Amino acid sequence: MEKGIVFDIRHFSVHDGPGIRTTVFLKGCPLRCAWCHNPESQNPLPEISTRINRLDGKEYRQTEIIGKQMTVSEVFHEIETHITFFDESGGGVTFSGGEPLMQPTFLEALLKKCMANGIPTAVDTCGYGSANVFEKILPYSNLLLFDIKLINPSQHHKYTGADNQQILKNLFWLDSMKASIIVRIPLIPQITDSTDNLLAIKGIVEQCQNVRHVDLLPYHHMAKDKYRRLNIPYSLSNLKPYKPERLKEIANLFSGIDKQVSIGG
Amino acid sequence: MGERGPAPKVAPSYPEVCLHSLDDLEIIHSRPKVSFKVDDETRQAYRNIIIPFWTGKTLREKIFSSLSNEWKEAYSAGVFTEFQEQRAPGHTVAGKKLFQKGMLDYIDEIDKTISILKAKGDKDLQAKLFELSGMRIVAKAIIGFANRYADALGELAKTETNENRRLELLKMESICRRVPAHAPATFHEALQHYWFIHLGVITELNPWDSFNPGRFDQHLFPFYQNDIVSGTLTPEQAIELLQAFWVKFNNHPSPPKMGVTAQESNTYTDFALINLGGVKEDGSDVVNELSYIILDVIEEMRLLQPSSMAQVSKKNPDRFVKRAVRITKTGFGQPSFFNTDAIVQQLLSQGKSLTDARNGGASGCVETGAFGTEAYFLTGYFNLNKVLEITLNNGIDPITGKRIGLETANPENFTSFEKLYDAFERQLNYFIDIKIDGNLIVEREWAQNMPVPFLSLQIDDCIGNATDYNAGGARYNTSYIQGVGLGSITDNLTAIRKHVYEDCNLSIKELLSALKSNFDGYDDLRYKVIYETPKWGNNDDYADRHAVMVFNSFYKAVNGRPSYRGGVFRINMLPTTSHVYFGSKISAMPDGRKAFEPLSEGISPVQGSDKNGPSAVILSASKIDHIKTGGTLLNQKFSPSFFSTDESLDKLVMLIRSYFKLDGHHIQFNGVSAHTLRNAQKHPEKYRDLIVRVAGYSDYFNDLGEALQNEIIRRTEHEIV
Repeated sequence: MEKGIVFDIRHFSVHDGPGIRTTVFLKGCPLRCAWCHNPESQNPLPEISTRINRLDGKEYRQTEIIGKQMTVSEVFHEIETHITFFDESGGGVTFSGGEPLMQPTFLEALLKKCMANGIPTAVDTCGYGSANVFEKILPYSNLLLFDIKLINPSQHHKYTGADNQQILKNLFWLDSMKASIIVRIPLIPQITDSTDNLLAIKGIVEQCQNVRHVDLLPYHHMAKDKYRRLNIPYSLSNLKPYKPERLKEIANLFSGIDKQVSIGG
Repeated sequence: MGERGPAPKVAPSYPEVCLHSLDDLEIIHSRPKVSFKVDDETRQAYRNIIIPFWTGKTLREKIFSSLSNEWKEAYSAGVFTEFQEQRAPGHTVAGKKLFQKGMLDYIDEIDKTISILKAKGDKDLQAKLFELSGMRIVAKAIIGFANRYADALGELAKTETNENRRLELLKMESICRRVPAHAPATFHEALQHYWFIHLGVITELNPWDSFNPGRFDQHLFPFYQNDIVSGTLTPEQAIELLQAFWVKFNNHPSPPKMGVTAQESNTYTDFALINLGGVKEDGSDVVNELSYIILDVIEEMRLLQPSSMAQVSKKNPDRFVKRAVRITKTGFGQPSFFNTDAIVQQLLSQGKSLTDARNGGASGCVETGAFGTEAYFLTGYFNLNKVLEITLNNGIDPITGKRIGLETANPENFTSFEKLYDAFERQLNYFIDIKIDGNLIVEREWAQNMPVPFLSLQIDDCIGNATDYNAGGARYNTSYIQGVGLGSITDNLTAIRKHVYEDCNLSIKELLSALKSNFDGYDDLRYKVIYETPKWGNNDDYADRHAVMVFNSFYKAVNGRPSYRGGVFRINMLPTTSHVYFGSKISAMPDGRKAFEPLSEGISPVQGSDKNGPSAVILSASKIDHIKTGGTLLNQKFSPSFFSTDESLDKLVMLIRSYFKLDGHHIQFNGVSAHTLRNAQKHPEKYRDLIVRVAGYSDYFNDLGEALQNEIIRRTEHEIV
């Protein structure tokens, strides 16, 4: 039985695709985005972290292992508990991460198993993976949540540690295969939110006939404490979250596009 | 039009039921919560007339003098409460007949019943004729009451100079002359008709849950539609009338409660729960234009009373449910949501006809009833956790040192969890027997001494049976015992099973000494039972099986036992505020709860112990069989920001639908307030369930640093305004 490293399974996910979903987070990511809000997902191997629980003013340190080896049937069993919610809401399972494509055979086996059992599937991907892996998973993915961050190659490299060529190539390939795609754009002040970058993304999205929806995901600093907990330096700790007026301005850049655009997932 | 006293918010006392002492009046006057001003005139009347006359004659005294010592010991230890020691049973709701008949129709019916009885020569003829003549007197009395309002309105019209107002007053006068003598013919008359009857019911005695128009959108719709078609009413006028109707309810706080009754139900609310939605008698969808108008009124009024709920049948449209969810956003927990399809199943399994079941709904907090045909008394809350505490102390209440339960054995001798559970079950049966024996006495006293002929007119088949509502005259008679603290008892049993019998890292002796010392010196043990033990509400069978065990034991102990009125006992699972009172009667417990702290409420998880989100809570809650109950209560907290997008509202509708597909009975959503978040900063162990959700990301509130927490608190304060 195929095994993989899972770092969390969250039920009642309401921002990762249609309906009420269960999101399975697979560990490991090829990118190192400066704004990553799941820094515990980057390393493909289990890690030890310390959680501090408080009770009556006293602190208790609880050693936690982030990332657990699980079999496909163990993960499926956990997903299956929520079938009623999927049925009632048109929801399903979303594989996220990290980058789920980093564990391609495990991901493929999970997707196959879900699809065989009639559970709608979505894959939340940064797009950075070999074409061959996308080919393998596409037949079992009802929906792709596809991140686009920066169009300028050197900027992309600077802030994510990787090239964007392969990412954009994968997007166009998926579109040509008539995959159902939601493009997600993380809005990071002064990094991804320049008019140039957003208009460039808009241009690319307009070329993709099977992108039905564009989600703008505004930066928030909720993950700041996670970095502290995990003892990872956080380069963006001085950024301020968006004001609603600015978000409206940004959304306006996408006006006239033949897709549904929304702020938040 | 109409108040039960000289002014709004005035509440009468009912010395024939329960006589307040002068000290009681002072407490009612000066207590910080749920107080009522008692003026000198009232105190004097009490001192000189009421107390001397009623002392020794009240129903409360009759009841207490008939109850056994075992009952009294258990009652004072907080094993159970008794609803009917200060207030009349009530607990019922108007059916459709109320809107289709007038008092003159009832008088006809009474006269017909009298001639049939006389012709047949019934064996209880005398008693039945008394009852019927009582009904006749009160039917006429309410007509007189309405006419007095008509007279006063006529007088006012004479001196009114504003022509519009004068015409309004004259219209109101003519309405008060028609209803409740005759069946209402217009929307305005229907509201006035109900309101006079409401006043009659809550003036006759002080019934629990006041009274309630029940399936409001269904009953009123024909009147609304006729008036709109005939051009005599506009939607705006209908809204204004409904708003006035809402104000009337809000003018009537529940009568002053004292002692245990005040503690178990510590609120001004008198639990008139307006039902919207659901199905018609033929099983089709009720929702109509008026359903939405009434929801608008609820949203605009945002009053404490009446409470409101949406019945959700699979046949009701999602847009109706969503409209109701949108109101929940304002953070006052209303409307709550009820599963019509579960209610119908519950009523059918209790033996009601399909028509009566479909005409039913939920009233009070969450209680299932066949509206217009059933007398469903709540008899008292039952403290499941106290029974466990007594079991762990071999029949002794550790707070008083008195032996009030069975000697089930020294708990150190229980060699397995099953043996301990068996002792708990025997103890449970013992106290249920005491409670039910007590109820037989209480019901007898009410039936024999305190008739309610006016309420009896409204509920079928009291007239036909010529028997009072309080004496079993209704078509269906049910007596409920309400189990309290399912989440707490589940977590207590789970902690015992895990640490004492499976991990074997704790002896019963050590556990008992930790409980005795209120965990003083046992910090690590308390940490372990709170943070390292499975909890109810996380869809974890390790914990949840104990909820199912306790639920089934409780059901078996109560369900189907005969009541005094010819009905049966059944269970439901709701607390009002008794989880706080019951908690104040229990010392520390194995789940880490410290002495005298509140227990869990309804079937909800222990505060903050559900860490896997609302869907996991729902899966846990669905493991008990709601169809075997007459109602369960489930509360869910959400941060106000969750309601901010349209999509989130849709997802709440889907969440409700999922729970109801699993036969869940009731769910309500409460917005988390900034105050709650501040408490969470201080007591993180009680708020492990608080999830902050933002687009694409969610995290536990407790995992955020203080600065971020403060920011969220500020934002919450802003959003709630």
